[in-house]
Amino acid sequence: MKRKDNAFYRWLFGEKDTLQGRVEMRPQAEYETKETDLEEILKDHQQVQEKVFDLKDNKALRFFDRMYRIAGVLFCLALMLILLVNVSWLPPRGAASNPVNNEVSARYIENGLQETGAVNIVTGMILDYRAFDTFGESNVLFIATVTVLILMRLDREKKAPAKKGVPVYQKPEDEMTVAQAQAHDRIYEPKNDVILQVAAGFLVPVIIIFGIYVILNGHLSPGGGFSGGAIIGAGLILYLNAFGFEKTERFFTEKTYKWVSFGALTFYCLAKSYSFYTGANHLESGIGLGTPGAILSSGLILPLNICVGLVVACTMYAFYALFRKGGF
Amino acid sequence: MRFVQNFPFFSIILSMFSGIISSVLPARAARWLNTALIVTVGAMSAALLWFLTGTQEAYVYWMGHFPAPWGNEIRAGVLEAGMALFFCVIMLLSMLGGEKKLLGEVEYSKHNLYYILVDLLLSSLLALVYTNDLFTAYVFVEINTIAACGLIMIRQNGRTIEAAVRYMIMSLLGSGLFLLGLCTLYDLTGHLLMSNIKEAVAQLAEQQAYTVPLMTTIGLISVGLAIKSALFPFHTWLPDAYGYSTVSSAAMLSSLVSKGYIFLLIKIFYRVIGFDIITESKVINVLFVFGLMGMVFGSLSAIRENDIRRMISYSSVAQIGYIYMGFGLGTEIGMVASVFHILSHAATKSLLFISAIGLTDVSRGSRKFQDLTGAGYRNKLAGVAFTVGSLSMVGVPMFSGFVSKLLFMEASLGHAVKMFPALIVLALSTILNAIYFMKTVIRIYVPDRRPDCGIITGKDEKLYAATLVCFIVLNVALGMLSEPIVQWIRTGLSMFG
Repeated sequence: MKRKDNAFYRWLFGEKDTLQGRVEMRPQAEYETKETDLEEILKDHQQVQEKVFDLKDNKALRFFDRMYRIAGVLFCLALMLILLVNVSWLPPRGAASNPVNNEVSARYIENGLQETGAVNIVTGMILDYRAFDTFGESNVLFIATVTVLILMRLDREKKAPAKKGVPVYQKPEDEMTVAQAQAHDRIYEPKNDVILQVAAGFLVPVIIIFGIYVILNGHLSPGGGFSGGAIIGAGLILYLNAFGFEKTERFFTEKTYKWVSFGALTFYCLAKSYSFYTGANHLESGIGLGTPGAILSSGLILPLNICVGLVVACTMYAFYALFRKGGF
Repeated sequence: MRFVQNFPFFSIILSMFSGIISSVLPARAARWLNTALIVTVGAMSAALLWFLTGTQEAYVYWMGHFPAPWGNEIRAGVLEAGMALFFCVIMLLSMLGGEKKLLGEVEYSKHNLYYILVDLLLSSLLALVYTNDLFTAYVFVEINTIAACGLIMIRQNGRTIEAAVRYMIMSLLGSGLFLLGLCTLYDLTGHLLMSNIKEAVAQLAEQQAYTVPLMTTIGLISVGLAIKSALFPFHTWLPDAYGYSTVSSAAMLSSLVSKGYIFLLIKIFYRVIGFDIITESKVINVLFVFGLMGMVFGSLSAIRENDIRRMISYSSVAQIGYIYMGFGLGTEIGMVASVFHILSHAATKSLLFISAIGLTDVSRGSRKFQDLTGAGYRNKLAGVAFTVGSLSMVGVPMFSGFVSKLLFMEASLGHAVKMFPALIVLALSTILNAIYFMKTVIRIYVPDRRPDCGIITGKDEKLYAATLVCFIVLNVALGMLSEPIVQWIRTGLSMFG
């Protein structure tokens, strides 16, 4: 072990400055700016700004502005032209000899039912053949909510753990005037609207039940997690609009959102990891496919559809609530 | 199948799972999970790299019970495993180096969201590295884009929000063009799997069929990914995004996010379109010209800056230009040089960002040059680290930047048309680099006693100091051990074929 008191260590830890006494150190000459000078500088700056950005008199700027727009339009037109020419060279739509009609889609259509147990081939494709992509997609939704949370969530002060010598971020205070607060619909809910409430009373249960139907029958008929989740989310938003946050807070808070999407994504992740692992290592997964056409069939597809549906519904509602109020 | 071959799948799924778990964890636990995750994934990638160097054979891994063109698939070779390892190292160092700053710049209640973003960013980078399927690549490009946006705007002030909006617009334009290219490619070949597309494209090229759409596709994909990785004329989003976000975000954005897209582009060149068809197409000439322009104009903008963070950001534009110039040469050795420059630039740029923070901290938080005078004496380690980074960027021997410049020179020698422009611009760009980096180094070592500024030593910030030392070692290692690394890149690229 080296002794800690040699010159290098002392230099490194700031106890001794090797340059001191050897190099002439002279501080930079301080130049003071007087208050009047500062004002003059500011005034000058202001004048220059006004002159430069004065659209009426500055011909060069006006010319640039106009050319910029024209160039933008021309560029878009050129891109459109290129893409249209490109489309005209593509294989004709719907022809049987197209390259897309190959062994890939043939197997999906011919063996899809036997291999995945799902009557709806599309669901079989996205949740069984290409489940990894779909897991990625649900993570796209998840991360989109996280970013909106960063942007929109209003936090009550939560103190960071105090560490010595570490500056901690302080949120700038902003206070609202009464007039601002009244115009602000984060604080004042819109007035109760009877027509909307009666209509919502009829519609919301129907919408939500339909959404659940679409999710549960995702492997049997058109639909599935994404579409069913969107329907349920729309129902929740309608309910929120009619009855306000006070009612929805009784069953849907940020905690609900957090745990529901956590549970759904965790189940998705674990279930699919198991299936990927067994698939890649050529092991039997031991998950039966059931009778095609029954509700409880096609292996993991039904639970995965429910998970995707929950994530989508929560995300839709969370987006709306965050944009409206900055919270749930 | 050996157990070690599961590691690419484990690393992707683990990082996604950590992101999901972090959503219900408090910030401290999320931070530990994040660090543990990066270390674990790095260790797994190292083991995989060891295994693959032994077998010298790339392998594919089914994601599910169905074989390739029907199910999803990932693929691992030497280059992929090494890249994953390298990305983990850089990410770990950037996170540790910027940890203190994060506390000072971001609301504490949003810290666990930050770690979610980082976890998912890692998963998307790994997926971009390992994927063997174009659509999977697109899905993870989306995750990457949104995560990068969040990383920029988590430090909430007007500048970062504006930067994030700009980044979002440009980046989505890039994603859109990439998606259009992908659709056309699917229409022409009927496949999404990389190896199958390559066969189909080779057939089309042989029959001279669909030459126009094929060319448009190459253009769309190249330009889309070039926008996302900030090639010169599409770089306007970059200085604000890198200059004002919190420092670990800036380091990760410059050294990981843009590099992930570039690596995907390399993968598409080799494994989707085929290198011969790419070199025959005129698209790489466009990339070559844009690269050359970026090398000059990026440096010129950097010289003009009076803000150290924005100067480093503009220098990224120039360095991305180098990488695309290497693509534009259209030779094997040009590609090797580009891949090496990806590594060297990632290691150097994150070092520069992290050390610049140490310098501004001892100058009362100001980033203006006149306030940085003498900062190298007040925070010695950061000063040394910044000097190392600058020397490496300029291309002084012993550091990583020298090797990549040497490789670029070698690559351009003997090229019939592109030799002279490439050599001249390389020389010019080196001089410009020297002007603005040496200006900064001289500035921070001008003796100036400022009693109003604090002094920070290695004892005060042990973690930060350790990070900087690791970065310096990494940089010197890349510069000194270039021979085996170049050999590794060559084997990796030949495994792509």
